[in-house]
Amino acid sequence: MIKNISNLGDTALYCDFGDEVNKDINSQVIKYFRSLKGRNIEGIINLTPSYNKLIVSFDLNKINFKGIKKLIENENVNEINENFVKKIEIPICCEDTFALDIKRLESKLFLKREKIYESFFEKEYFCYMTGFIAGMPFLGDLEKNLRLNRLDTPRVKVPKGSVGLTEQFANIYTYESPGGWNIIGNTPLKIFDSSKEKSPNLINPGDTIKFKKISLEEYGNFNE
Amino acid sequence: MSNYFEILRAGINTTFQDNGRKNLYHIGVPFSGAMDQRNFRLANSIAGNKPHFPVIEFAYQGPLIKYIGDEINFVITGDVIFKIIKGDKEIQGNCYENYSIKDGDEIDIISTNKSVYGYLAINGEFDLKFQWGSCSTNTKAMIGSNNGEKFKSKQRFEIKKINSNRIGKKMNYINSKIEKIRVIKGTNFDYFSDQGKKIFFEKEFTVSKLTDRMGMRLEGPKIENVVNTNIRSEGLIKGVIQVPADGNPIIMLSDHGTIGGYPKIGVVISADYDRLVQLSPGSKIKFQEINLSDAETLFKLYEMETQNLISQI
Repeated sequence: MIKNISNLGDTALYCDFGDEVNKDINSQVIKYFRSLKGRNIEGIINLTPSYNKLIVSFDLNKINFKGIKKLIENENVNEINENFVKKIEIPICCEDTFALDIKRLESKLFLKREKIYESFFEKEYFCYMTGFIAGMPFLGDLEKNLRLNRLDTPRVKVPKGSVGLTEQFANIYTYESPGGWNIIGNTPLKIFDSSKEKSPNLINPGDTIKFKKISLEEYGNFNE
Repeated sequence: MSNYFEILRAGINTTFQDNGRKNLYHIGVPFSGAMDQRNFRLANSIAGNKPHFPVIEFAYQGPLIKYIGDEINFVITGDVIFKIIKGDKEIQGNCYENYSIKDGDEIDIISTNKSVYGYLAINGEFDLKFQWGSCSTNTKAMIGSNNGEKFKSKQRFEIKKINSNRIGKKMNYINSKIEKIRVIKGTNFDYFSDQGKKIFFEKEFTVSKLTDRMGMRLEGPKIENVVNTNIRSEGLIKGVIQVPADGNPIIMLSDHGTIGGYPKIGVVISADYDRLVQLSPGSKIKFQEINLSDAETLFKLYEMETQNLISQI
């Protein structure tokens, strides 16, 4: 449930669902997000769900903080319809040309790469949120033995398709962008497609992700 | 015969912009749209268009454009130095005034004057690609018109429709400079030391060169964080002032990343946003605290003022 509602500037409302990051709290955030989005409320111009917060931004010409707050407090949140939640398999190639930070992971985690990949590919991941850059999914939770901080100095350019790890999360760079996550491989799959206006994101909050290891040859021959 | 703009010089950061994209933050697509919304709306209104029509936005040095086609009108808004070249004749242009151009004439947008953004609208419609209802170009995500890219030299932009003549339509408007940016305290205001809070509201900051459509980085006395220099990544809106570990504030602008993990010390009020984005690198600014209800009133006044300007054309 929402623990606290406050204003973020004069055009947004900040819903705090608690300090922790876990699936339960995030599911609450997503529930509110879907419920509000489904109602197409006049004046709301953006909804941004994250791990444990939901930001509702609005058009100050149409509604203000007080009005939006009342709406949110009276919102009857529907249960998540399971049909919304997808299971998606993401192929990734982990050859040296793509696994830019595997050596750093080996030395910092005191694990051999085989062990790192074994741990990584074994698990199913949950999509907490998408954003920062268009379509980038934030997936969790990594096994405890794979958790590491960001690079000390972020890369100016992380290649499109790169799969990165930081702390308890994995992400996918949907296009070339600066970034500081530890890169372990690359997917040939298009994660964000701006030509599909209705559903540009392959992965959405609440979805379940399983990664599948592919060879360099399979990567090269990949056809969507 | 087709009518088009031929770009002889692209300028530093020239793009098509309109009023931006809504309801996409949750997938990571920012709002975008014209940075200075008032000057954008004034450009359209003087050119006789609906207020949210696509226009050409330029920053610092603008484009040099050759026009080919039937007579059209154009207007430039902002604080901009430009001239119109008709054969051997050169005319110094005034902002907020319609000009007529004919086949072969050129518009040379030399520079913005002690400001950043300017706008060019025509009495007509460019032939542009819309994505999610907006033509706004986001060069980072490669979204919007012109394949998500800035203008390049030698490009041509077709004009698919020319509307009625607007010659004689103009207005007098002077862009006021802003020195005190009014802000509402952010959700992590208490992450900062008493000294840090005092510095934020009392000292002067300088707009750095690392400023673009995504964000404005400031330099000045460091703002000390006593809780945590990172927060769990969460949503952002334009105007949010984040302070990363180095203690230098960054203000989120129209193409900002949709989520971020630095503490938010404040948020610039909506009424001050248009003048904030016009501050060029080297400008000095101070922040002033304001409460939510005053910010809402100031926005209403700002909006009324814009409406009044439009109704006087």
